[in-house]
Amino acid sequence: MQVLYARHHVRVYRFVLRLVRNEATAEDLISEMFLDIWRQAGKFEGRSAASTWMLSIARFKALSALRRRPEEELDDETAGQIEDHADTPETALAKKDKSLALRQCLTKLSAEHREIIDLVYYHEKSVEEVAEIVGIPEATVKTRMFYARKKLSELLKEQGIDRGWP
Amino acid sequence: MNKKQEASERQDIEQLLPWHAAGTLSRRDAQRVENALAQDPELARRYALVRDEFAETIHLNETLGAPSARAAEKLFAAIDAEPARRPAVSLALGDRIAEFFARLSPRTLAWSASAAVFAILLQAGLIAGVLLQETKTTGYQTASAPTTDPGVGAFALIRFAPQASSDDVTKFLEANKLSIAAGPMSGGLYKVRVAVTGIPKGELARIVKKLQDDKVVGFIATTE
Repeated sequence: MQVLYARHHVRVYRFVLRLVRNEATAEDLISEMFLDIWRQAGKFEGRSAASTWMLSIARFKALSALRRRPEEELDDETAGQIEDHADTPETALAKKDKSLALRQCLTKLSAEHREIIDLVYYHEKSVEEVAEIVGIPEATVKTRMFYARKKLSELLKEQGIDRGWP
Repeated sequence: MNKKQEASERQDIEQLLPWHAAGTLSRRDAQRVENALAQDPELARRYALVRDEFAETIHLNETLGAPSARAAEKLFAAIDAEPARRPAVSLALGDRIAEFFARLSPRTLAWSASAAVFAILLQAGLIAGVLLQETKTTGYQTASAPTTDPGVGAFALIRFAPQASSDDVTKFLEANKLSIAAGPMSGGLYKVRVAVTGIPKGELARIVKKLQDDKVVGFIATTE
C-alpha cells in the first residue's frame, strides 16, 4: 500500500484539489480513497490502468463531497474565486503574460471542463480512459473537451487575448 | 472525398488534437493527425494553441503542491485500525502454492529450501542404501540407512543449521556415527540414532551436549 500511495498520491491529490478547491478536503478525500482501494484491492480486475481506476474512485468521492458541502460554504468559496474584472495595474500587466492568463482562465472553467482538461493534458488519459473515469461515451469525451477548450478561448478573449479560435 | 466529408474529417481530426499533444492517441490516429497537420496550416496553427494549453495545464497542476503528511498518517492509522483481513480462498492449486511461498520470509524460505534439498539427498541416500543392501549383504552402507530394528537404540532430535550444506551434514553424521531414524518432521527436525543400543540418560545428554557445539547443528535435544 505504501508503494501505491507513494506512486499515485500527489497526482490523485491534485486531481481532487482541482475539483473541490480545498486542500484539507482534498487530503481527507485521498485518505478515504486509498483506504477504499486497500479494502477493495481484490475487486480491481486489471482491465484498466491502476491510475485510471483510482481517478474514477477519487472523482466519485470528490463529487459526493461537493454535493454534501453546505450551500453557504459553496457560495463563499465561489465568491472568493470570482475575480474582479476591473483591471488593476497588476492585472493589466498579467494580461500581457499570455501563459499566466491561460493559467488563470484554466482555474475559471467549470468543474466539468476543468476535470476533462486535467484528465487529458495532465493525467494523460486516452479518450477511452476518460470515458471510463467520467462515465460518459467516448464521443461525448471528445465533444466535451472541444467545448472546454472553446470556453477557455472565450475566457481569454474576455481578458483581451484573442487566439483566433474558434 | 466531397466537401462535406472533408469538413467532417477535419472536425474529427481537430477533436483529436489534445490527445495528440498528450501523446495518448493510437498509432493509427496519431498518423492521421500528423498527415492532416502536414497538409493544413490552419490546423497546425490550432495545434500550437493546444500545445500551449497542454503546457500551461501541466504548469498549473504542478504548482498545486502535494498533500501534507497528515493525509498519509490518517490513511495508515485507518488501515492499522482495520480488522485483519483474511485473504480470499483460492481453489487453484497453483495460487495456493504461490500464496504459501509468498507468506514466507526470505530467511524462512532459504531455510526451507535447504531443508528440502537435504531431505531429497537423504532420500536418495536411503534408496541407494536399500538397493546396495539388496545386492550385497555386506559393504557400503549410508549413514542414514535403517538398522534392523528402528525402535532400538538411543536417539536425539536434531535440526541442522540453515547454512549447513549437504556435504557438511553427511560428514557430521559420519564423523559422529549418527544415522537418520526419521524425518524431516515438523519444524525441519530429524530423529537421529546416537547409539545402536540403549545407553544411560546421562551419557546420552553428554553426547548431545557435545554435538550441540558443532556448527552444523542448529538445535539438538535428547528424545525417546
